[in-house]
Amino acid sequence: MTKNIMIVGVGGQGTLLASRILGNTLIREGFDVKVSEVHGMSQRGGSVVTYVRYGDKVYSPIIDKGDADIILAFELLEAYRALPYLKEGGKILINNQKMDPMPVITGAAIYPENIEDKISAVANATVIDALMLAKKAGTTKAVNVVLIGLMARESDIPYEKWVETVKTTVPEKFLEVNLRAFDLGYNS
Amino acid sequence: MKKLLLGNAAVARGAYEAGVRVVASYPGTPSTEITEEIVKFDEIYAEWSPNEKVAAEVAIGASIGGARAMSCMKHVGLNVMADPVFTVSYTGVGGGLVFCVADDPGMHSSQNEQDSRHYAEAAKIPMLEPSDSSECKEFTKMAFALSEKFDTPFFIRLSTRVSHSQSLVELCEREDAPLKDYEKNIPKYVMMPANAVKRHVFVEERMNALREFAESSDINALENNGSEIGVITAGIAYEYAKEALGERADFLKLGMVYPLPEKKILDFVKAHKKVYVIEELDPVIETFCKSVGADVIGKDIFTLLGEYTPNMIKAAVLGEAAPRSVSASEPIPVRPPVMCAGCPHRGTFYVLKKLGLVVSGDIGCYTLGAVAPLASVDTTICMGASVSAALGMAKARGAQFNKKLVSVIGDSTFMHSGITGLVDIVYNKGNNTVIILDNSITGMTGHQDNPTTGRTIRGEATKQVDLIKLCQAVGIEHITVADPFDVKNFEKVVKTEVERDEPSVIIAQRPCALLKTVKYSGRCGITDKCRNCKVCMKLGCPAISVKNDKVVIDATQCNGCGLCVNVCPFGAIEKEETV
Ligand SMILES: Cc1ncc(C[n+]2csc(CCOP(=O)(O)OP(=O)(O)O)c2C)c(N)n1
Repeated sequence: MTKNIMIVGVGGQGTLLASRILGNTLIREGFDVKVSEVHGMSQRGGSVVTYVRYGDKVYSPIIDKGDADIILAFELLEAYRALPYLKEGGKILINNQKMDPMPVITGAAIYPENIEDKISAVANATVIDALMLAKKAGTTKAVNVVLIGLMARESDIPYEKWVETVKTTVPEKFLEVNLRAFDLGYNS
Repeated sequence: MKKLLLGNAAVARGAYEAGVRVVASYPGTPSTEITEEIVKFDEIYAEWSPNEKVAAEVAIGASIGGARAMSCMKHVGLNVMADPVFTVSYTGVGGGLVFCVADDPGMHSSQNEQDSRHYAEAAKIPMLEPSDSSECKEFTKMAFALSEKFDTPFFIRLSTRVSHSQSLVELCEREDAPLKDYEKNIPKYVMMPANAVKRHVFVEERMNALREFAESSDINALENNGSEIGVITAGIAYEYAKEALGERADFLKLGMVYPLPEKKILDFVKAHKKVYVIEELDPVIETFCKSVGADVIGKDIFTLLGEYTPNMIKAAVLGEAAPRSVSASEPIPVRPPVMCAGCPHRGTFYVLKKLGLVVSGDIGCYTLGAVAPLASVDTTICMGASVSAALGMAKARGAQFNKKLVSVIGDSTFMHSGITGLVDIVYNKGNNTVIILDNSITGMTGHQDNPTTGRTIRGEATKQVDLIKLCQAVGIEHITVADPFDVKNFEKVVKTEVERDEPSVIIAQRPCALLKTVKYSGRCGITDKCRNCKVCMKLGCPAISVKNDKVVIDATQCNGCGLCVNVCPFGAIEKEETV
């Protein structure tokens, strides 16, 4: 069986590190893995989407609507946008941070209200304040690692395996704060 | 050892293992990382060339010089390098020669959705198309060997999802591909008519040999699952089709998409009740199949547009509905890419918008000057067109129109193909004003050096093109360097130059805010002097927004660049030094 994890957020939020840690952990577990993301334009503050698929043998690198087992959302509006990709019975893990897109800033569109409630009403959702937890860990830059911690908790891969990859992926001098951030996400 | 590699990194690895010695490219999404990965191998000479044509010619020269060589580009880059490519098809190669071209179905970061496979047929150059990272490496290695065997350059065709997906790759050692002896060979390498006539005969013979290879090679692989349904496919579409249909169809997976194996296809079609051709973009394989009398189903049920997905194929072939899913019950605002906080281009477009000028645009981060609220750019066609198209506009509409017209072009794009347009302006007595947006880097594609930055692809210091002297040499007499963040002065300069009855160049100089050497500090904050005039909102800065009818600056997004401080008419925005 192939499992599908989708990571969504805003360009510059550090979703790439999340997919790297996820991909490396899955390889160590002996899975066939495909990680797909679009580079380029989206780096400039646009929506970013990463697909991670793993199993015995993976073909398509992308995930279709209605096929994601887990969606990890770095931003609230992006969680809402990704909702159609969630499988029936899948889980959506959400950071409650809000970032206004340009059409909202210019007043051409409005940022929908109470997104958390609307998603929770139709899907199995977990919402956390990853920015606050990252601050607690010691740096706002560790939001992505907090979220990886949260995802790790929801995965079928043991805690130690995740920590091992964090240790090999994150630069030595930021390791301590990142491990703290990982734990705060894991235990949130 | 198996490693998770980007398709692009796997191509680089394949070239390395094949003993490539020279790689020359011009960046372009989704191909850029190939050459960036090549740089990690010290054994290989690598360069960012000023444009794709130059890059291809450097690779061609290296090949004639006896080395294995490669050039990588995005699909539209292939248009720029087409001229030498069509003729090197005639000369053939010395060392193995590979052109790696990356298409962008879905146009994630491109101005069109062209299908590069047409070039293979038009230039009579064989083309391989891998469908995952492992094949990226294997096919690249193969292409070098086959290039030498058949005396032809080879294309590798990628697409965004192959280039930018990571999958597992088995790493091998680098082969020894020694530099061949250099031999003068006029009939082979001097393509004047008398020689080219003979080489064309060779090309057609070579095509026959390659067709035979396509029939016999297992790069075009048959996958039998005992089904009545057959699928002919290649590249990323194979992965989607395999995901969708699994063992419910038989597959003819074409690793070589030009030339195609006529007999293999006919046999496959004969052995199945119904055969589908599944390929993104144009019906290249389908058209071939039909031309040899094979009865296949293709674009009748599959779109010419954008990317495919497994569910789409399931629905078309098996009639199976997509899985159920939930979605939002209200419109979700789009999140288009925007100029970064601190982007130097913002100052330029703020002024151009304020002056209401017609802006002949170009390709780079500054194409985002077309997005609201700046919405200042009028046209974007291809790299370099800003300069020459503005001359055409001015010639068509006359001197008064020209006083309301400017071209904008980035530093890398100017080096790529803006210079010739500027020569045209001077030579043909145009009076255009060209603004070179010099942000000291190739921004759009992720910070590559170029001839104006003074550094090579390996970060070594080198001679820097002096834009002022260059424009002077072309014959431009009015050249002004201005900081686009000093909006008052910048506005004055633009007004003066568009009024002038002579051609002029403005160099808008301020480095990209994401460069490590750029150190903005502090945050901009709104004081109680604010009269809520919202002039700052016209900047389209992602850090500035209106909350409860009051302008606020988001401290997590602001990098303290200070542009808003400069545009505020009431001095109500101040820099707060933070630590
Ligand atoms: C023929 C061609 N080659 C490559 C590209 C990809 N590409 C788009 S913009 C760009 C360079 C932009 O750099 P620059 O002109 O310096 O502007 P900046 O993005 O830094 O503002 C490149 C390489 C393209 N669109 N067309």
